[in-house]
Amino acid sequence: MTTACAAISLAGWAAQAASGAPASVLGPEPGAAIGAVVEPGLGPIGLYHYLFLAASLFVIGVIGFISRRNMIIMFLCTEIMFQAAAIALIAFSRFHLNHDGEVFVIFVLTIAAAEAALALALVVLLFRRKESLDSAEWAQLKG
Amino acid sequence: MLAESVTIASSSSVTSSAAGLSAGTLGAGEHLFEYVPQVAGAWWIALIPLLALIGSAIALGMCYFPSRGRRSDGTVERGTGGKNKAPALVVFALLSVAFVITLVGYLGWWNSGAGAGGGDPGSAADARAPQQVTLLEWIRFDYADENAAEAGEMISTGAGERMVRVAEDGSVTRSFIADIAFYMDGLSWLWMLFVTFLGAMICLYASEYMHKDAGYPRFFAAFGLFVTSMACLVMGDNLVLLYLGWEGVGLCSYLLIGYYYKKPSAVAAAKKAFIVNRIGDLGLALGLYLTYTTFGTVQYDELFRLVDQGVDAWGRDVTETWVAWAIPLLLMVGAFGKSAQFPLYVWLPDAMEGPTPVSALIHAATMVTAGVYLIARMYPLFLLDPDLHALHAVAWIGTFTALLAATIGMAQFDIKRIMAYSTVSQLGYMFAGLGFLTSYGAAYHVFTHAFFKATLFLACGAVMHGFAGQLDLRKLSGLWTQKGWFIVSFAMLIGCLNLAGFAFTAGYFSKDMILAEAFYTPDSLIHGSSLMGWLLLLTAGMTAYYTFRVFFRVFVGPEHFEPGDEHHEDDHGDATDALEPSEDHVAEHEAAAEAEHAPDPHSDVHAADAHGHGHGGFHPHPPGWAINTVMIVLAVGSILAAIPYFVGGDKDAHAKGWVGEMLASSSAEYFSGVVHPSHADGNGEDAAGLVGVEAIERDAEMVVLPAMAAEPVPGEAAHGTTLEAGSILGGDPHKLMYYISSVFGIVGILIAAYLHGPRGAAGLFIGNRTEASRSRADGLLRIKPIGTVSKWAQAKWYVDELYNAVLVLPLLVLSHIFHAIDKLIVDGALVEGVGFIPRALGSGVRPSQSGLLQGYALSMAGGIGFILLIVWLVSL
Repeated sequence: MTTACAAISLAGWAAQAASGAPASVLGPEPGAAIGAVVEPGLGPIGLYHYLFLAASLFVIGVIGFISRRNMIIMFLCTEIMFQAAAIALIAFSRFHLNHDGEVFVIFVLTIAAAEAALALALVVLLFRRKESLDSAEWAQLKG
Repeated sequence: MLAESVTIASSSSVTSSAAGLSAGTLGAGEHLFEYVPQVAGAWWIALIPLLALIGSAIALGMCYFPSRGRRSDGTVERGTGGKNKAPALVVFALLSVAFVITLVGYLGWWNSGAGAGGGDPGSAADARAPQQVTLLEWIRFDYADENAAEAGEMISTGAGERMVRVAEDGSVTRSFIADIAFYMDGLSWLWMLFVTFLGAMICLYASEYMHKDAGYPRFFAAFGLFVTSMACLVMGDNLVLLYLGWEGVGLCSYLLIGYYYKKPSAVAAAKKAFIVNRIGDLGLALGLYLTYTTFGTVQYDELFRLVDQGVDAWGRDVTETWVAWAIPLLLMVGAFGKSAQFPLYVWLPDAMEGPTPVSALIHAATMVTAGVYLIARMYPLFLLDPDLHALHAVAWIGTFTALLAATIGMAQFDIKRIMAYSTVSQLGYMFAGLGFLTSYGAAYHVFTHAFFKATLFLACGAVMHGFAGQLDLRKLSGLWTQKGWFIVSFAMLIGCLNLAGFAFTAGYFSKDMILAEAFYTPDSLIHGSSLMGWLLLLTAGMTAYYTFRVFFRVFVGPEHFEPGDEHHEDDHGDATDALEPSEDHVAEHEAAAEAEHAPDPHSDVHAADAHGHGHGGFHPHPPGWAINTVMIVLAVGSILAAIPYFVGGDKDAHAKGWVGEMLASSSAEYFSGVVHPSHADGNGEDAAGLVGVEAIERDAEMVVLPAMAAEPVPGEAAHGTTLEAGSILGGDPHKLMYYISSVFGIVGILIAAYLHGPRGAAGLFIGNRTEASRSRADGLLRIKPIGTVSKWAQAKWYVDELYNAVLVLPLLVLSHIFHAIDKLIVDGALVEGVGFIPRALGSGVRPSQSGLLQGYALSMAGGIGFILLIVWLVSL
């Protein structure tokens, strides 16, 4: 699965590279400040890179969620998806030079914290029931 | 042809009423024209049913409290009552209070006539008007009457304002009124007196009789409800309340007959009683509807007022319409169901499966007398039909039932069943009496029968209780001389003498009244009445025979007993609920063992051999104080029930004693009121004027039946047909019947003594029975034809089998067919078929619901991916 993830990411990268879109489109025009960190060989880091990172993280989360049955791992995967969304929002926020996205992210983080507490508590309770973290143990709840 | 309003009345009452009429006073029964005034302060009459209901509720509450009864493993047994007699005593106390209230109310009502009448007994009865007490409004609604215009003529509102109102524009509004209200006249008071008295007595008896049975409070809860329902039935002022009580009585009989609900036969008997009663109730319900649609009211006073005019709610003459015979016939079917007459009597003998006090209650005081009450109450409706179709049916079926039940009773061996058939038979007498236009005789027979039948049943119950359920008269003998059984035996003798119609007993007088009326009533009025009279006389002889067959075999003769298969400690064969034998019970056994274990050695051995387990450990268990007290009271009551025959009433009218005087002011003696005063005087406008209808006039003729020696009423012949009163052997039936019926009774007793009596005085020196199970009757049964007939009679003429074959089996087959149709077509094709569609659809997608989270997540992600793919493809 991880390989599949990597393959998708690379495919995305390749697709971007192949499309030959000008860097000015992808790299933020007003984004001089973002480009503070410079990786050698890759040019200034623009919105595209952040979005790519977010998409990658999200896909990793999804794939992790789908492929694993350990409830804690699954939970962590959802957290990864959260963070992917957060990164995307921050990136857009920066790109548009306003704080809407950041506000969103702060809310998301807050709620994610609460949700994390709840979810972990649930996981603990579920574990106590079955002495196992395997989510397949709960398959009997099917309709 | 003119509508004939037929009446039969004794000579003197007709004479006196005719004389009174010419003087311009009101005749007997005139008050039925009037609305009965509401008695404001008499709300306490309602306490009679209410107290019984409260007792029932308390007993029911006690079902839910842990009693002192504990199982052998120490767990508390709820609701069994154990040895706690509280429920019985509470219900007994409340019923006693109800009886006292009834007595006080009755005395008040009785004395209400004494002053107003100015000392003249005839008018005193008239002044004793019914009282009506409305407790609370129950069902009341108004509706517009569309038929009013069509009918053209309306009864003016006048006195009927309560029911009918005419608006300015001529539109008519009617009211349906059925309140919780009581209508107390002589008939109601008479019934309530013995219902509450016997209810209380039987309750006291049951407090001892039932005390080993599981569900002790449950019994008394149903018992109280039984009396409540009966009070509702008897006291209600409208047919709806009567119907409520009617159904309540049916329900309670179901509950009580099925009291031993773990015994399949008891459950079957309870169901049978309920279902057979339903058939009768259908008749009653239809009769009730028809009464309402015809007369527009269900309230007695209003109804009688209209019936008296012979008009329906729209003022049209009904005497010549089909309604005039349809309503009484339908009501009759209802009465036959409740009172166990011929086609519907089969439930009553089976009702013996209930505890004996229930049998006594059903047979003596409540339930079966309801049918007689209904007809007596609705007597004006029965007389509406000029040809008296319904009364013919009542008389004939009553006679036939009396005879049929007597033949069956002669061949039974179970003493309780014999008593059950005797009840059916005696009820037949009562119905025949109603058919012979002597509601007085019928009501008096109900009254005496209530006492002596209660005595007989409770005596049988005491035997059953003492001998572990043994009821076979071949296995019991000589109870009279056994220790502790004297009171029961003596009470049994009194009851048997009454039932057999032995001279100068109460049963003798009341039965005489009916028998005499059978001959007195002219054949042209009730066709075949003298034939029925002879049949009833024959039945009287048979009754005497089978009654004393029981007495001679069970209560006198050599001492012998074989116990039944019920043991005291068991709750009627239910071992799991058995209470531990109590200390005093064991002691009682030991005492009994020492005191009276000296049965006839020969029969003892015989019994031990014959019965398998013998009865080495069994000792009869003589009745205690409660049973003995009740037996004494009821035996004395049975004797004293003869007194009303001589006390009170109009002496000149043929033997209308106290009961007659009670009924004189009620609807039961309506036929004396059918002598329309105004018609007798030849001016019909008067009667019509009472309700303001001019065009509608019941042009009734008075048919006067002069008595044998009475002087002809002058001028009567001009108005009506004068029927010659019947006679028996050329004499006045009322005088000769005393001798004739005693002869029949005594011959019956002598035959019983010859065939079943023991050797010596108890067999009147003609019996020769020396063993419990052998008698001369056995020799008689060996003669082929007699034996065969007896066998048929013992099999109850195969009526049950006939019903099974003709009614039950076809219904069963039909119900199986309908069940199959229901299963295959309704359930199968329609319900299941429709239900199959979503199931089939569901089975296609069900695998997707694996219950694995990953599956759902994958489908979600895949779905989003798919959508994105589409979007991407579209955007290309």
